[in-house]
Amino acid sequence: MSAASRVVAASLASSVPARRRVRDALFGAALVASILVALVTLGALLVDTFLQGRPRLNGQLLQNMPSARPARAGLQSAILGSLWVVGLAGGLSLPLGVGSAVYLEEFAPRDRWYIRLIELNIQNLAGVPSVVFGILGLAFVARGPLGWGFTVGSAALVLTILVLPTVIVASREAIRAVPPSLRDGALALGATRWQTIWRQVLPAAVPGIATGSILSVSRALGESAPLLLLGALTFVTFNPDGLDSGYTVLPLLIFKYASDAKAEFHVVAAAAIIVLLAILLTMNTTAILVRNHFQKRRA
Amino acid sequence: MAVAATTGASRGPEGSFLLPSAHLRRRLRVEKAVKAALFVAALASVATTVAIAVSLFEPTIEFFADIPVGQFFSGTTWAPLFRPAQFGVWPLVTGTFLVMAIAVAVAVPCGLGAAFYLNEYARPRTRAVVKPVLEILAGIPTVVFGFFALFFVNPQIVQRLWPFGGVGTFSALAAGLVVGIMILPTMASLSEDAMAAVPGALRDGALALGATRREVCTKVVFPAALSGIVAATVLAVSRAIGETTIVLLAAGSNPRFTLNPGEGVQTMASFIGFAGIGDQPTGSTGYKTIFAVGTLLFVITFVLNLISVRVVRRFREAYE
Amino acid sequence: MRPNLGKAAALVLAGGVLLAACGGDGGGGGEPGSGLSGDIRIDGSSTVTPLIALAAEDFQAGNSGVRVTVGTSGTGGGFEKFCNGETDISMASRAIKDSETQACAAKGIQPLELIVANDGLSVVVNPDNDWAECLTVAQLAAMWEPGSRVSNWNQVDPSFPSQPLELFGAGSDSGTFDYFTAAVNGEEGATRTDYNPSEDDNVTVTGVAGDKGALGYFGLSYLLENEGKVKGVAIDGGSGCVAPSTDTVQAGTYTPLSRPLFVYVKAASAQRPEVQAFVRYYFDNQASITDEALFVPLTDEQVGKARQELAAITGG
Repeated sequence: MSAASRVVAASLASSVPARRRVRDALFGAALVASILVALVTLGALLVDTFLQGRPRLNGQLLQNMPSARPARAGLQSAILGSLWVVGLAGGLSLPLGVGSAVYLEEFAPRDRWYIRLIELNIQNLAGVPSVVFGILGLAFVARGPLGWGFTVGSAALVLTILVLPTVIVASREAIRAVPPSLRDGALALGATRWQTIWRQVLPAAVPGIATGSILSVSRALGESAPLLLLGALTFVTFNPDGLDSGYTVLPLLIFKYASDAKAEFHVVAAAAIIVLLAILLTMNTTAILVRNHFQKRRA
Repeated sequence: MAVAATTGASRGPEGSFLLPSAHLRRRLRVEKAVKAALFVAALASVATTVAIAVSLFEPTIEFFADIPVGQFFSGTTWAPLFRPAQFGVWPLVTGTFLVMAIAVAVAVPCGLGAAFYLNEYARPRTRAVVKPVLEILAGIPTVVFGFFALFFVNPQIVQRLWPFGGVGTFSALAAGLVVGIMILPTMASLSEDAMAAVPGALRDGALALGATRREVCTKVVFPAALSGIVAATVLAVSRAIGETTIVLLAAGSNPRFTLNPGEGVQTMASFIGFAGIGDQPTGSTGYKTIFAVGTLLFVITFVLNLISVRVVRRFREAYE
Repeated sequence: MRPNLGKAAALVLAGGVLLAACGGDGGGGGEPGSGLSGDIRIDGSSTVTPLIALAAEDFQAGNSGVRVTVGTSGTGGGFEKFCNGETDISMASRAIKDSETQACAAKGIQPLELIVANDGLSVVVNPDNDWAECLTVAQLAAMWEPGSRVSNWNQVDPSFPSQPLELFGAGSDSGTFDYFTAAVNGEEGATRTDYNPSEDDNVTVTGVAGDKGALGYFGLSYLLENEGKVKGVAIDGGSGCVAPSTDTVQAGTYTPLSRPLFVYVKAASAQRPEVQAFVRYYFDNQASITDEALFVPLTDEQVGKARQELAAITGG
C-alpha cells in the first residue's frame, strides 16, 4: 500500500461505524498474531537450542570425533563428511544445472513438446518429497545397477539430483534477467550465439547463478531424510578420504545424538545444531553479500 | 566493449563480414557440439524422473504380486516387518492426514496473515525485520525442527496443554505443529507474491469507495490473488505430506490407526525413513514395502503438484 | 534491506575460523600406533553396539590407520549384510539361525561365533510406576502375545490401578526381539504389533521415560545407563522375583531372560591383521570395556574359549 493510500485510509477510518471498526481491529490483531507465531517460535527454537547446547560449545566439539562417551563426543567426521558430500554435490550440480538452464533459455525452441516435458519435469521434481530421492538412491545408486554401497559417492550423487531442479530454476531466472540489449549488441557485432552466451550473458548472470547455487548447496547441507536410506547413520570416527569411503553428515549425527537416551548426548546434539546453523548462516550471508555487491556494481 | 574481440569473422571483400571463413566454420561446428552437450545436460532432469519412476514402480509391481491390492488398501493394521506380516496401509494414511491437517491448520492462516501483514499493513521498517525472520525460518534444516519438536514442543507445550488424556514422549500434535512452522515461510512468501501481483489500482479504487484496510484485504486482494494462494496452499499440503525427519523424531514409530493428535503416529514418509534405517534386505517383502509406500507418496504429491499448476493457469486473473 | 556489512563480515570470518579449526586436527591425536591399516565394517544389534563402539573407538585411538564403522541395523539386518559380504563383523543378541548360516554358506562366507558379553534382557517401566514391582512371565505374555488386547494395567492384574498401557520394544529386525518373543510368548517372532518398535534401544528408553503407563524391554546395559529415567522390573520365572542386575545375571538366577551376546567374524576377514588385532584387543580388554559400557563381563572360562576359537581360525 502506498503512503498516499494509507493517508486516505486513515482519514476515512474515522467515519467508519463502530462494528466495522471492531472487525478491523480484530483482523489487524490476527495478522499481528500470525507474525508473532513465526517470530516467537523462531526465538524459542534458537534460545532453547542455545541454552541446551551451550555447555558443549568449545574447540573440543569441532576437533573430536564422535564417541560412545558423551563427554568426549565431537563432530569432526560429520563436519568433514558434510563438506565432502555437499562439495561434490555442488560441484556436479553446478555445471549440469547451469548447462540445462542455458540450453532451456537460449537454445531451446519454444513450444516443442519435449521442451515442455523437460520443464514440467523440473517443476515436478522440485515438489517431490526428499525421502523419495533416498529411495531412488537406495535402488539405483547404493544397490542395483551402480552398486556403489553406502559411500560418499552415493550420497553426493543423490544430493546432486536433489538440488538440480533448484539450481536450474535459479540459473534460468538469472539468465532471463540479463537485458536483451546485451545479447542483441553482441550478435549485431557478429558474435555467434555461443560466443554471446559465454562472453556476455553468463558473466552478467553470474551473481544470480552464484546466489542460487549457494542457496541450493546450503539446502543440501541440511538434508537428512534421503541420507537416512543411504547409510549415513553409522558410527564413523574417521574423515572421508575418497568416493568409496564410509561417511556421516552433520544433520544425521544430530539425529543420532538426539535419538540417544542419555541426556548428555542431547546436549551434544544441541551444540551440533548451533554449529550447523552457524555454517548455514555464513553461507546464506555470503549469498546475500554476493548478490548485493554485484547489484550495486551494475547500478 | 570486448565484443569485437570475441567474434571470429574474417574480412571479406571491402571489409564485409558476410563470407564465413574457415575459422568461423570451425567455430560453428563447436557451437553445434556445445548446443548438443547442453541439451544432454537438460535431459539429466528427465533422466531423474524416469529413474524415480523405474526405481519405484518395478519393486511396487513385484510387491503387489505378493500382496493383493485389496488387502493393501482395505486393512487397518500396518505391520509389514513382523511375522505374520500385515499390510493394511490405512494407519499410515490416517497418520499422514493427521499430521498434515495440523500443519496446514497452522501454516495456512498464519502464512496468509503474515503475507497480508507484510503486503498491506507493515511499514518498511517492520518489513525489514519480519522478512529476514521468515527467510531464516525457511532455511532451518528439518532435523533441527525435529529436535525442537521432541525436546521442547512436546514436553513444554503439548504435554502441558493437551486436555484430552495423557500425552507420552511422542505425539502427532507436536510433529504437526512444528511441520506447520516449517512450511509457514513458504506459504507466506508465495501468498505474498500472489498479492503483490494485484494492481494497486484495485486497492485504491476500493479505498476511494470507502472500504477499510481490512475490507480491501478480504474483499479485494484475497479474491484477486486467490489462484496464487490456492497454489501456495496445495504446495504447503504437499510438503507437509512428504516431511520425514520431524515426524520420525517427534511422532514415534507406532503405526496407530487413530485421529487423536495426542498419540504418536507413523506417516507414509516416516515409515520409509524408519524402514530405511533398519535396512531391509534387498528383495525381501520388507524392502519392497518401502517402494510400495514410496510410490503411493510420490503419486499423491505428483497429483497435488499437477493440480496446483492447473489451478494457477486456470484461475489466474490477467491484469495486463 | 541493507545488511549490516560489518556484522556480516564478522560472521563470515567466524565461519572461516570455525572451519579452519576443525580442519586442523585430522584423525585423532596420539601416536600413529602399530602401522596397521584397513577398513573394518561392523553392523548388527543395537544391544551390542555400545560395547563394540567403545572398543572400536579405543582401538582406533591406538591404531589410527585402521578405520572402523559401526552400523546399527538390528541383528537380522546385520546378518543380511554379513551374509552378503558387506560387513566383516556382525553383532548379534541371539545366535545365528540355520537359515542365516545357509545364506552365508551360499555366498562362501564362514562365520566364526564369539561370545562377547553376558546380558539380562530387562523389562522396564516408568519411574512413576509404583505398582509393577514384579511381573510373572505369564503376565508379560498376556501383554505381549499376538492378538493381545490388553490396553490398561488393571487388565494385567486387578490390583493394579487403571492406567493406559503404552508398549515400547524392539523391532522385528532385532535379536532382542527374537529372544524376548521366544522367551515370553514361546515362539520367536510372535508378538502383538500395535506397539512402538525400534531397532534402536535408545528410542525405547526415551519412550518409556516419557510415559507413566509405559513398559518396554531391552538389554541390561541400557537399564544401568539410564537409571532414574527408567525402572527395572523383577521377573518371576517360576522361582520367585529376581531383579535384573550384573550379579543375578552372572549367578544365573535371572531367568528366563538371561542370554549371551555374540559377534560373528567372517573367517576370511579374520585372516587380516587389523581384524585379528581388533578382536584380540577386545578380549584382552573385555573386563574394562564391559565395565565401562555397563555390560555383564565374561567369565574367565568364556574368555579362554573365545581365544581358543580365534586361534583355531587364525592359526596364532
